[in-house]
Amino acid sequence: MKTVRIGAGLGFYGDSWLPIRASLEHGEVQYIGSDHLAELTLAILRKDQSRDPAAGFTRDVVPMLTALWPLAQPRGTRFVLNAGGLNPLGARDALVAAFRARGWRARIAVVTGDALLDRVDELREAGEALAHLDTGAAIAEVRDQLVFANAYLGAKPITEALAAGADIVLTGRVADAALFLGPLVHELGWAWDDWDRLAGGLAVGHLLECSGQGSGGNFGSAGAWATVPDLGHIGYPIAEVSADGTAVITKAPGTGGRVDFDTVRQQLLYEVHDPHRYFSPDVVLDMGTLRLEDLGGDRVRVSGATGQPRPDTLKVVAGYEDGWMGSTVVGFCWPDAWAKAEAAVALVKQSLAEAGAAVDEFLVEHLGLDAFLGPHADLSGRGTLNEVWIRVAIRTRDKAVADSLGRHFPWLALSGPPYMGGFHGITPGSRLLGLWPTRVAREQVERRVQVSVQDTLP
Amino acid sequence: MKVRLARIAHARSGDKADRADIGLFARDAAGYAVLEREVTAQRVAAHFAWIAHGPVERYPLPNLLALKLVLNGALQGGAARSLRSDNLGKTIAGALLRMEVELTEAEAERLL
Repeated sequence: MKTVRIGAGLGFYGDSWLPIRASLEHGEVQYIGSDHLAELTLAILRKDQSRDPAAGFTRDVVPMLTALWPLAQPRGTRFVLNAGGLNPLGARDALVAAFRARGWRARIAVVTGDALLDRVDELREAGEALAHLDTGAAIAEVRDQLVFANAYLGAKPITEALAAGADIVLTGRVADAALFLGPLVHELGWAWDDWDRLAGGLAVGHLLECSGQGSGGNFGSAGAWATVPDLGHIGYPIAEVSADGTAVITKAPGTGGRVDFDTVRQQLLYEVHDPHRYFSPDVVLDMGTLRLEDLGGDRVRVSGATGQPRPDTLKVVAGYEDGWMGSTVVGFCWPDAWAKAEAAVALVKQSLAEAGAAVDEFLVEHLGLDAFLGPHADLSGRGTLNEVWIRVAIRTRDKAVADSLGRHFPWLALSGPPYMGGFHGITPGSRLLGLWPTRVAREQVERRVQVSVQDTLP
Repeated sequence: MKVRLARIAHARSGDKADRADIGLFARDAAGYAVLEREVTAQRVAAHFAWIAHGPVERYPLPNLLALKLVLNGALQGGAARSLRSDNLGKTIAGALLRMEVELTEAEAERLL
């Protein structure tokens, strides 16, 4: 039976590409799928693009591929990356320039058509409500505050790019798992209504889309995380996928991390809502029928995937501007560190109120004590703590108020409770963005999807 | 006896818009039976009442010896509009592992 080997690339914009070297050199991977886009990454890219129209893609793509291409090219390994972000053509141009400058020949394909911000009104006129998926709210509420709106495309345009001979496929917003499902369908020839096999491919893609989380990284546990070997040289997960839709998850020999029943099932359920209906643009996977079989030696067999037909709609993620955050951190030393921190919080609150600052939410976290555990933190020893650090964060509609939060702290050093330190200046407020998940009719998006191919050298 | 979930299970959490989700995993079938009995949607909702403003959904997955827990309305509208240090909900799994569950003597003998 035919098999194909595909390896994980990045799991987010800013992730390390160094582990991909081992997958290329010792993992016998034919493809690398690389996920650069989290839900809010498009918001970051939008900010970049507003400053420079040539930006808007994840800038790591050029140093990453120029570092890896000398390893990939002799082995024929191909890349599929959603690093195009909001500007896949810009990413292509930057990459072509970098390859040309080195005299490297490669065929680069670009998938476009996911960006919907400029089409929101057109789509509404065509009868697309674009209502909020969870609340049902009308998009008119945020129409003027929208900063991006992108549909999650599926694997099909990626298969077209590969069929056109692309060595590197750059996309914008596609379903993360499509970065892997595309090469699998291309290699293994699955039909687009072969739901169980597509579901098996979707499971593989989901296991590989978060880099080291599929091979022992971020292994959420008490104690067991420390037994995962050599995280400093973690091997990103690799899947050996068979034509029947089953797969073995593994990693390159000699690398750190661990692929076993525990690390694989943690990733399988990660950021999944209803595991019996795990949606993608190409198929709906039921994880309830999956079998994970630990074969030992960092190999886990995945089988039993069942799929349901793909949805008629595509998911869209949009972002809208929704106020500002100001935040400031200071610390107090023993004695009475907790009591002094509490007193300082009260004074800052009073100072804000007397300045007439319009604050919608006032959040206090005691860093190192309860920022993560909230009411489940054990604060019984708070009277005798060595030091207490507070982080005050405010939500406001007014940027000037967010910018000014830090100004309500320095006076405490000479006129407030004693032994304050760690104030490192006034930082400007940061823009808050709300996410607007919604759905759009598939054909409204797909008729505009284009795949274009360019060689770096003539 | 009462024990924290951290003694008998492991967990990972993440975000999707305003929803935090947690995978909770037992070590074996006996541990899974405890999770299924003790970690109800109602108890999880009470445990996270300080952050989760929507309903809690629970999906048992015996094939993975796991529970999938979904906390709706738990991220202040989503990672990019949250004021919290953990805007992405990555530490919520740790907070779940603090939850105490009741074990029978036989279960304690076997699982601890």
